[in-house]
Amino acid sequence: MSSSHSLASEISKAQTDALSAIAGAIDAAGLRSVQAELSGKKSELTVLRSQLGKIQDAEERKTAGQAINACAQAIEAAIGERMSLLLAGERAQQVASEAMDLSEFVTAKRRGSTHIVTQATQRLEDVFIGLGFQVAEGPEVETDFYNFEALNMPKTHPARSEFDTMFIEPASADQEPNSVLLRTHTSPVQIRVMQSWKPPIYAVMPGRVFRRDTPDATHMPVFHQIEGIVVDKGITFAHLAGIIEAFTKAFFGNEFTSRLRPSFFPFTEPSAEFDIRRANGAWIELGGCGMMHPNVLRAGGIDPDEYTGFAFGFGIDRMAKERHNVEDIREMYTNDLRFLRQFS
Amino acid sequence: MKILHSWLNEFADFGNDVDAIAARITELGLAVESVDRVGTPVKGVVTAKVLRLEKHPDAAKVTRVYVDAGDGVERHVWCGATNMQAGDIVPLATLGTNMPDGRVITQRGILGIDSEGMLCSGTEIGLSSDGSGLLILPPGTALGLDVYEALGVDSDVVFDLDVTRNRPDCTGYLGVARDLAAGMGKKLVLPSVDKSATGQSLTVPVAIAAPERCSRFTVQVMSGISISQSPDWIARRLARAGMRSINNVVDVSNLVNLELNQPNHAYDFDSVKDGFIVRLAREGEQFTTLDVVERTLSASDLLICNAQDKPVGIAGIMGGLESEVTDSTTSIAVEIAYFEPDAVRATSTRLALRTEASLRFERGVDPFGAEFALARFAELLRITCPNLVVHSGATDARTDALPMQVRTTEVRLNTIKRVLGIDVTAKVLEDLVAPIGFSVAKSAHDGVVEVGIPSWRNDCSSEIDIVEEVARHYGYDNLGKIVPTSPVHGRLSDVQRRRRILREVVVSLGASEAMPNPFLAPGDLAKVGLSEDNALKLANPLVAEESVLRTSLVPGMLKSIAYNQSHRIRDISLFEIGHVYPQGTEVLPDEFESLCIMVAGADASVAMDIWSQVSSSLGVGAQLAQDQPPAGYHATRSAQLKRGKTVLGSVGEIDPTVLANAGIVGRVACVEVNLSVVLGEVPKPQSAQVVSKYPSSDFDLAFVVANSVPAATLVKALRQAGGNLLIDLALFDVYRGKGVSEDSRSLAYRLRLQAPDRTLTDVEVSDVRAKCISAAEKLGATLRG
Repeated sequence: MSSSHSLASEISKAQTDALSAIAGAIDAAGLRSVQAELSGKKSELTVLRSQLGKIQDAEERKTAGQAINACAQAIEAAIGERMSLLLAGERAQQVASEAMDLSEFVTAKRRGSTHIVTQATQRLEDVFIGLGFQVAEGPEVETDFYNFEALNMPKTHPARSEFDTMFIEPASADQEPNSVLLRTHTSPVQIRVMQSWKPPIYAVMPGRVFRRDTPDATHMPVFHQIEGIVVDKGITFAHLAGIIEAFTKAFFGNEFTSRLRPSFFPFTEPSAEFDIRRANGAWIELGGCGMMHPNVLRAGGIDPDEYTGFAFGFGIDRMAKERHNVEDIREMYTNDLRFLRQFS
Repeated sequence: MKILHSWLNEFADFGNDVDAIAARITELGLAVESVDRVGTPVKGVVTAKVLRLEKHPDAAKVTRVYVDAGDGVERHVWCGATNMQAGDIVPLATLGTNMPDGRVITQRGILGIDSEGMLCSGTEIGLSSDGSGLLILPPGTALGLDVYEALGVDSDVVFDLDVTRNRPDCTGYLGVARDLAAGMGKKLVLPSVDKSATGQSLTVPVAIAAPERCSRFTVQVMSGISISQSPDWIARRLARAGMRSINNVVDVSNLVNLELNQPNHAYDFDSVKDGFIVRLAREGEQFTTLDVVERTLSASDLLICNAQDKPVGIAGIMGGLESEVTDSTTSIAVEIAYFEPDAVRATSTRLALRTEASLRFERGVDPFGAEFALARFAELLRITCPNLVVHSGATDARTDALPMQVRTTEVRLNTIKRVLGIDVTAKVLEDLVAPIGFSVAKSAHDGVVEVGIPSWRNDCSSEIDIVEEVARHYGYDNLGKIVPTSPVHGRLSDVQRRRRILREVVVSLGASEAMPNPFLAPGDLAKVGLSEDNALKLANPLVAEESVLRTSLVPGMLKSIAYNQSHRIRDISLFEIGHVYPQGTEVLPDEFESLCIMVAGADASVAMDIWSQVSSSLGVGAQLAQDQPPAGYHATRSAQLKRGKTVLGSVGEIDPTVLANAGIVGRVACVEVNLSVVLGEVPKPQSAQVVSKYPSSDFDLAFVVANSVPAATLVKALRQAGGNLLIDLALFDVYRGKGVSEDSRSLAYRLRLQAPDRTLTDVEVSDVRAKCISAAEKLGATLRG
């Protein structure tokens, strides 16, 4: 037997041995130790490779070397194949063995909720933003000037008595009684906006307002209004009616329409109530509006001979109450979580 | 204001389509709140004669009435009224009658004795407003007739109008009819009047001592009067307007008031024949009004007195008892005056006495309507007094304060275009407003007209008032609807946008939004450890428990927590975003917007977690001043959130005493933030930093640190020592207990080092580690294990 022949058979044996060891590995860990053995210094293939140098004949050495390499590749391929098989089996076993009942687990932290009045306010703001309005805010404790005087209600104006105003006790003896109050409407913000912004003004003003009303199912002494003004050159009553109509459709839906009918407010002239209804439905009174009175424009520092404007306003609480079918408005202010959490 | 259809139709031919009439009235600005049919016959109510009355010993409050309904059968009826006598003719609702209030008449009896029907009051069958007793029909009325037929009653319609303050003319038929006639293109027909003052001259002198307050006082004497009941149609008219029929003179006075919106007063002539004095009351002066109430007057109230200076009425509000028309009156003095509206309102408000007269005077009646109203008075009184004599020599006292009969204002036609968007010529303007009494004349200027305002429209004085009249009669619906294209970019401001983000974050942390009452009871602030000195007080609170304005959201939130706890609600977590109003140095308080979040059953660590989420979502930071616990908070588990001297808020647990005062069980974690400061601090956009491509190195350091050294101090020292290479530092364990002395704890941190431009060497890493250890040791910390 030539040495080359015996080398070839040794390589073949080493391959057979290795493949059988690989096939004999029953798990990935076992296969990894087989792999370590097969590539170790003492492995058959390593020993055979070290003997290559002793082969004198170059051709013979080349042939033997190629045979060893082919053997090594075959072993590597077998390990790879076996390894994926074993890992797949092991993962399948893991998946089978570690079942979880997800319904055993409930979310630990529940999400809270915003108040339905806040939700209504935000929905209203969003509709008006879409119509090109900005949102303005103002203080809740106001002066007589901003709440009445600037709104065309001088000191003796009879309409003042209709507002059931809550007054602040004078802070000092030299402060005039009833000169500081809780705003009875959001209209003071009209004046503040006109004084600090420049036309064209498209603004809505949501906020908290106060009236000296005993609470009942439809009234609270503390409630919320939103009010809007547009001041620019060339603004007419038709624009007021147009904005009311656009708002009605955007907020309540396209099937709604609006109408204006004459009414009276000291701060607008001509004044109107605005009503909405579904096609063929009954008219529902929603709020008040009108062309801004020249005296109000003047109080805001705007020349009524150059600019015209309109204003509109209505209650927010009623919107929230009716949207969610709340029977008694007082329920909205108990702060009972059983109520609040219904509207997240 | 209740307006009867039949009566309204006397002023113009408005037709019988009551819904169309109601719609038109509403379109003109006098909102019709209801349209009610009255006098609709109730089937089954017949006239019956009372035969005799009997009392039952066991039923003291009711009477047994035996009646004859014309069929000769004696019927027995139980009756609760007491105003009937044998022989009276009364309405009998027979068995099976469906009453207007929904009742069906049955035999239901008392004490086992059946009732064969029910005797009715005028109210029960819609014939009058008098429900005090049975309706007694005129003697001689045939029996067994339908009661409506017997009375000749027609059904009618009542429009209930909401008359706004700017329509002083529309608290009477004439004003409503004038507007409606113009609005429907009908001719207005004025009521007929008696202008024949033919009697001998009888003048009652009038002295006006308060000329600003009473600028006109007219007195007309009438004689040949016999006091009687008014005819049924007058009584019914008054009943349907909500008034009781008294006698022919008082009823005529009320009719004139309703019809012409002209309050008036009929005195017994003898009691005032020497004259009238109109003067201010003396402070504390007493006067008994018609309603038999003694009233104490102030020096600003106006009195009408007789020549002996004895008061006979409070001007514009109510007359007195002694000068009233009585059954023996044969002559009367009718007064029609004009009183200053604001003063009438002031007196009426102060006395809490609102009458049909004061309602009209305080809005302002027509100062020039007296002659017509007096003539109408005579015309109506002549119906019951055919021998009426209207005496010449009527008094008409006027003062300089009397308004001009026709006031004028200039109207620029261009203003109508600018406000209403319509082109209106002088002619069109005249067509629109002349039918309601305004006059239009050319002015000296181009495009400007002079508009004369009728005396009954004291609400009108300026150009814009005329523009409104034009709009009303042109029709709001005809002015069009144009959606203006806003040149403004609609959007939320930065503050508003950040407020919405904040709400979303707080809600995602589990809190629900509460809206507690911003009014507190005296002492509420003290109960949460806050001063009441800088709190505003309400001058006119609804109740004393709601008389203080909050300076903090804490009291209201604690009340809400306690409420929910008392209702056994779990996982209580609430927040509020609202204004607080501490008094400052200006006229208006230092009002600001505040956020308060409270979690029941949670400790300060929960509060810190919430604050950290809130702070990172808003991009604002604050120093944690643990050495300055906020008022009302747990002194060793709280901190003020500060930046320099500015206090941004508070974080921690509520003080146990405060909780006990509020009736709250367990701990409450709380975060408060001044949103007026924080929402306005919009962070600049973050510049991107290059993410290092080089590997990072991690190591852990655990120190034993005295409790007196805050972890924040240690973190600050570690960060300084770590310098730029320290890219992450996280506390992962806090340990107290065995192996650590009692006044200390072990704090374990994981540090990650990384350079942007190179892989760090072992030497660099151990150098930073050593610096960190040495920095910690300077704080008295020792490296653990």
